[in-house]
Amino acid sequence: MSDALRAEWTKLRTVASTGWLLTGAVVLTVGVSAAVAAATHVTSGQGQDSTKLSLTGIYLGQTVLAVLAVLTITEEYGTGMIRSTLTAIPRRIVLLAAKAATMAGLALVAGVLAVAGCLLAGRLWLPAAGLNPAHGYALVSISQGPTLRAALGSVFYLVLIALLGLGVATTIRDTAISIGAVLGLLYLPPILAQAVADPMRHHLLQVAPMTAGLAIQATTDLGSQPLAPWAGLGVLAAWTVASLVLGGVLLRLRDA
Amino acid sequence: MTVTPPRLTKGPRHDGFTPLLRSEWTKFRTVRGWVIGLLVAAVLCVAFTFLTTNDTHEGTCTGPPPTGAGPNSPGTGCTTGHPFVPTGPGGEAVADSYQFVAQPLTGDATITARVTSLTGLTSTRPANVAPSLANTRPGLAAWAKAGILVTPSTRQGSTYAAVMATGTEGVRWQYDYNDDRAGLPGSVSAASPRWLRLTRTGDTLTGYDSTDGAKWTEIGTTQLTGLPATVSVGLFVTSPVTFQDSNSGTPTQATATFDQVSIDGGVAGRAWRGQAIGYGSQSFYPTLGTGSYQRSGATFTLSGSGDIASGVGAGLLGTDTAGSILLFGLIVGLLVMVVVAALFITAEYRRGLIRTTFTATPNRGRVLAAKAVVIAAVAFLTGGVSVLIAVPLGEHLLNHNGSYVFPASPVTVVRIMVGSAALVAITAVAVLALGSILRKSAGAVAAGIAVFVLPYIIGSTLTGSAEQWLFRLTPAAGFAVLGALPRAAQVSYPYTLANGYYPLSPWAGLAVLGAYAAVALGVATFLVRRRDA
Repeated sequence: MSDALRAEWTKLRTVASTGWLLTGAVVLTVGVSAAVAAATHVTSGQGQDSTKLSLTGIYLGQTVLAVLAVLTITEEYGTGMIRSTLTAIPRRIVLLAAKAATMAGLALVAGVLAVAGCLLAGRLWLPAAGLNPAHGYALVSISQGPTLRAALGSVFYLVLIALLGLGVATTIRDTAISIGAVLGLLYLPPILAQAVADPMRHHLLQVAPMTAGLAIQATTDLGSQPLAPWAGLGVLAAWTVASLVLGGVLLRLRDA
Repeated sequence: MTVTPPRLTKGPRHDGFTPLLRSEWTKFRTVRGWVIGLLVAAVLCVAFTFLTTNDTHEGTCTGPPPTGAGPNSPGTGCTTGHPFVPTGPGGEAVADSYQFVAQPLTGDATITARVTSLTGLTSTRPANVAPSLANTRPGLAAWAKAGILVTPSTRQGSTYAAVMATGTEGVRWQYDYNDDRAGLPGSVSAASPRWLRLTRTGDTLTGYDSTDGAKWTEIGTTQLTGLPATVSVGLFVTSPVTFQDSNSGTPTQATATFDQVSIDGGVAGRAWRGQAIGYGSQSFYPTLGTGSYQRSGATFTLSGSGDIASGVGAGLLGTDTAGSILLFGLIVGLLVMVVVAALFITAEYRRGLIRTTFTATPNRGRVLAAKAVVIAAVAFLTGGVSVLIAVPLGEHLLNHNGSYVFPASPVTVVRIMVGSAALVAITAVAVLALGSILRKSAGAVAAGIAVFVLPYIIGSTLTGSAEQWLFRLTPAAGFAVLGALPRAAQVSYPYTLANGYYPLSPWAGLAVLGAYAAVALGVATFLVRRRDA
């Protein structure tokens, strides 16, 4: 396993795009959050969730991590590298586990940096937007339980999204179709939810990976969320595990 | 001895554009995955249109949700169906509710009246409680109307012409719900009354206004073809829902005092008769009070609520149109089309086929052009077939489920269908150009989705000016082709995206998207010529 891990780490480390995509994910996430924080202007009372607002960038930044995760396996299929890899590591589940572990590690690092940047941006700019103690909003701080939970949960969310991308890509094996499928899976249910009526809308938000997973970011008005925070992250984890299991089974059954 | 040089035979030319198109088309149709991709796009587009429209139910519930059910569950005692919406002379949805005091009039005539006061009341009840005259505050709607109206029939939606004083919009000449022309500015008071005059000559109706009853100015004129000899003429008052304080609208009522009422010429009836047009729970337009009319001598006092104008959407009617039905299916179809269009070029780079292509056709710009034509045609056809099925299917399901679908003329429906197919085609060309710039499928698909699909998704969650600019400046502007709701200058209404109104007109929106595609194609042509393949 450690050989497989080292091999995967070497492959990822020595491709220029890995560094660019990881940097891009962090910059995009923090950038969008900062832009939203700067553009926010609150005039009246309650109803805003400072922590959730600070973490808006994850909505867009997750795509970059998903793309990176997809590429770690589909590029091997695209170039034929997968055959060399499987010759070196014939136990395919070990290979997938090594890829997942490497990807999770990278996503964890990128996630910690991105979430820290987002919270800092929220701390710096949201008070000027009207979300300050004078209007009854506490400053964004991870010393508060819900904010800490949202921050940690958002990091886990990014890791799970990356692994979901890996699982889907292992199943599909083609770069373009995998990216289309992952982004469709993430972004289409929320739009579909706008279009359908209530019992179905509510269930859709509960089972869709992105809307369920992002429930972890809410710190106020938890009742309006489709799910409880950790339950929501659990739904996303179920998607991730299912995609990895399906990808693993197909990886074992199919010829490369 | 002379030698005739051998004549050079002219073979078929191989550098034409048609063979290039044929070779690109062959490449496209022989990759099974791409053809399947088109089918998937079309099937998903129709399937998601089915899903979203089939789950939309409209109805009114009189009871609370059953005990134990969530707060968002439907109530009890529900009936499906939407309230009655009148249809205007052009087949469009209209509001036609007002207090009328009229008499039949045969032949050509001139009707004159003076408006000496126009005041109003605004409901103070929350939007979900039936408005009542007991809960009001003084407040005159900007488009409260009081004036003279001629119509062949008091049936809602019938043709009419009217000259009127309004709350703050001055004197107006309006006819057939859409046409509006301004006369004297300013509001009405006892110190500054407004004289109104409407003349009928055959089918021609003309509106005049005056401040003193002596010096008259013509505001506008119109022909109402087929106007019968006997029409209803009289005084009317109405006052529309205002949207200043809330997005769901607040009903208002206006009261006007008329005097100096006269009818010259024609054969008038003997008595004035008050009629409240379009009131009651079966009418879609919210009204305040039931309308009333009093007469003492030559002075008429009318109170009315409602509007005589184009019907507008949310808060009153919902926003379902032949265009809105398509929205979700189109986004899903676009997502698949982005993948196919990106692969159409990046696969050549991945397999090295691009070098063979460029060897066969050294003019690289033409290769890109041929590819763009093929993908545009394929995307246009796929989009066109999808919407040709999806629009009638969606409309049928919505009508079946009791929802109100705004009537659209055949021209509008064709415009929506052609526009949607063009939206898919232009997006496909733009993504092809992106793929040619980036040369990697991962980048092309991710960038294609991020640039051409995500702005819509992000934009639909924003509010206010950010949303307006997003739908003007980003590729999401192209979704304006789905806009089909009527927009009327003489109806004060929040014409926002949430209410189904795009900030740009359909073709302007498509042009914004086209500009993005053109820039991408220009950069791609430049790069494909400069770089080694």
